Amino acid sequence: MDVRDDRPSPGTPDLPRDPHGGEQSDGVSRRGFLTRGVAALAGMTSVAAALSPLRHLDRDDIPSIAEFFQKHYKEMTAEDKQEVFRRVQEAVKRHHGVDVELADPGPLAGVEFVYGLNLSRCIGCRKCVHACVKENNQSSAPEIEYIRVLEMEKGSIDVETANHHYPEKVVPDADKYYMPVQCHQCDNPPCVKVCPVEATWEEDDGITVIDYDWCIGCRYCEAACPYWARRFNFTEPAVAGPLNTDMAYLSNRPRPKGVVEKCTFCLHRTRVGRMPACLEVCPTGSRKFGNVLDPDSEVAYILRHKRVYVLKQDVGTLPRFFYYFDERGSRYHEPISEEVGS
Amino acid sequence: MKKYATFLYDCFRLSFVGDWRYQLWMTILTLFSLAGLYAYCQQFVHGLVTTGMTDQVSWGLYIANFTYLVGLAAAAAMLVIPVYIYRNLHLHDVVIFGELLAVSVIIMCLLFVMADLGRPDRFMHLFWRFNFPDSVLTWDVIALNGYLLLNLHICGYLVYCAYCGRRPSAVFYVPFVFVAIGWAITIHTVTAFLYVGLGGRPFWNSAIIAPRFLASAFAAGPAFIILTLQVVRRYSRHRVSDDALLALRRIVQVAMIINLFLLACEVFTEFYTDSAHVASARYLYFGLHGHDALVPWIWSAVGMNVVAALLLVLPASRGLRWLNAACVLSIVGIWIEKGMGLIVPAFVPTPLGEIVEYVPTLNEIVVCLGIWAFGLLLYTIFVRISVPVLAGEVTYENRLRKSGLGPIPGTTATS
Repeated sequence: MDVRDDRPSPGTPDLPRDPHGGEQSDGVSRRGFLTRGVAALAGMTSVAAALSPLRHLDRDDIPSIAEFFQKHYKEMTAEDKQEVFRRVQEAVKRHHGVDVELADPGPLAGVEFVYGLNLSRCIGCRKCVHACVKENNQSSAPEIEYIRVLEMEKGSIDVETANHHYPEKVVPDADKYYMPVQCHQCDNPPCVKVCPVEATWEEDDGITVIDYDWCIGCRYCEAACPYWARRFNFTEPAVAGPLNTDMAYLSNRPRPKGVVEKCTFCLHRTRVGRMPACLEVCPTGSRKFGNVLDPDSEVAYILRHKRVYVLKQDVGTLPRFFYYFDERGSRYHEPISEEVGS
Repeated sequence: MKKYATFLYDCFRLSFVGDWRYQLWMTILTLFSLAGLYAYCQQFVHGLVTTGMTDQVSWGLYIANFTYLVGLAAAAAMLVIPVYIYRNLHLHDVVIFGELLAVSVIIMCLLFVMADLGRPDRFMHLFWRFNFPDSVLTWDVIALNGYLLLNLHICGYLVYCAYCGRRPSAVFYVPFVFVAIGWAITIHTVTAFLYVGLGGRPFWNSAIIAPRFLASAFAAGPAFIILTLQVVRRYSRHRVSDDALLALRRIVQVAMIINLFLLACEVFTEFYTDSAHVASARYLYFGLHGHDALVPWIWSAVGMNVVAALLLVLPASRGLRWLNAACVLSIVGIWIEKGMGLIVPAFVPTPLGEIVEYVPTLNEIVVCLGIWAFGLLLYTIFVRISVPVLAGEVTYENRLRKSGLGPIPGTTATS
């Protein structure tokens, strides 16, 4: 607020109403007309200057009518989906020059996926991180990675003592253990609860997905996630290397700028009977994935027999991602003897 | 209907008319607004990479300003309550300025939220799939827009009645005034719940945040109005009594003391317990592992609030000079504390223990300045219009008599 001292006394007689002395009762004088014209021109020029950065807009930054009225994934009919998927394919062709098939595998009946991570075995090599980036067409500039491997102090599960940026060339450090963290696909997901537009939801097989074409980019889900599992596209993502053309609408298709993305347990693979990319690449077999509703699955066996815990149980998120230890046979002790696999 | 259109046209004309100081002030605000628009266009083209925000600190200056301004808007209720509930008539004439402030400030809030969105072009999705009542953000959308409409209605109705030269009918605005009082408390509580409800952010996950929000809002808001009213009475012919200012002083006084008390409760709980939850608070007040970007800010804020509280309890602040000093200290102190001091530390360290500091970029700061300038521009126009209209100088009657082309009476008053 500006407060000046030259305040007019209460009885100040009427000051000239128009500083340019223009408008009189006999109409608009020439001088007034000119000054107004100049002022209007200056005004329009400065508005145009203020809007000038918009000339750099990419055509894909401006939604077409069809995109503007595109429905939420759950409301699309089969025909709607066909049209939307065709549009996505065209955009991929435009930007990456490749023809892709866009799959849309749904959750399988009687399947609930869980993921187990063996802390006794993980050596912190970050191969999972890099495989994930390739598989899911993540941006390299700015860098987006769904998996963060923490190098933990032995004797502590306090993440604040973790080193996020250890050099991976010299792993494993005998005095540390390694804890990879990615989306925990919670059964009580805070990210889903807070989303104002239902752009993210939990599917029947337990995977929390995002409709990248519905997200408004408010990042409330990022604030809500206790596992720091969500990533935001602060600018147009740039994928290094060739695109993975095996893609699905709700998982690894290229994302636009301004929306949130995250791990989907590689649903384009896992819903058609394959394993997640991070699991396939793991050299130590630390990663176990499967259907918890199947009592014969490896994950069901681990949950029954191993020492299992979930990260931040106190926040009540009921994760579908758990950590476990080997009673014996970890990389720190004698070689593992294979008993798993009933 | 024609009458209403004429009313709007007269308002539009009035907003361009004033002496050179008015013109200069408006030009400066317009230039700042346009600079903000330019910076926003940069952000729109390149994405939020133009800000200092990261995946680690995913909310920054925009949400900080938003939070502070919600409090400022809620503070309009602090003018209304004494008048309509306690019949303190000193404040009666100034209520409208509080409500006009609420209107402009809520518009600023909405602009800050829009600026923070990654996909503002998809704003319409809120209407098509509204995650109510699960998402607190949807509650906030309702609270803020409802409050905007309520205040627009009350102000618009009173000003339009004055323009038509008829007495406002109580039925058409008094019930809305009472709803608006309750609603003012709601907007700030719901905004606090946005943060409080997140279990993964221990710094926010505390029941004291909502009451502290209200206490600080009811200190900073009326402090802002005290300064505004002095500008209004200096540059327009509207009379504002010192009694009205002193009635507001009492509100700021009490609210600031409660605010400091709640701050002490919070600081004690965090630091005496000294559990893992203290990390964010330690980062804010003392720095964590050598990262201490916010430390000078928060101590300045605490210092300003304490000095303001001392000034406010001393008789010296019955004089305008010291009162104004206390008001400025409260406004700035609470802006730091409610803005950067509340939003940023919740993200440091991240839920995975990583420490990444947040520094706003120039582009981001210019967008913020632009929104502030635009809000002040709106408020200046609102005051500019309502002062002569409420004084009965610009009315439909006058206009008819002067056959439209003549100068608008009452336009000599500058705001």
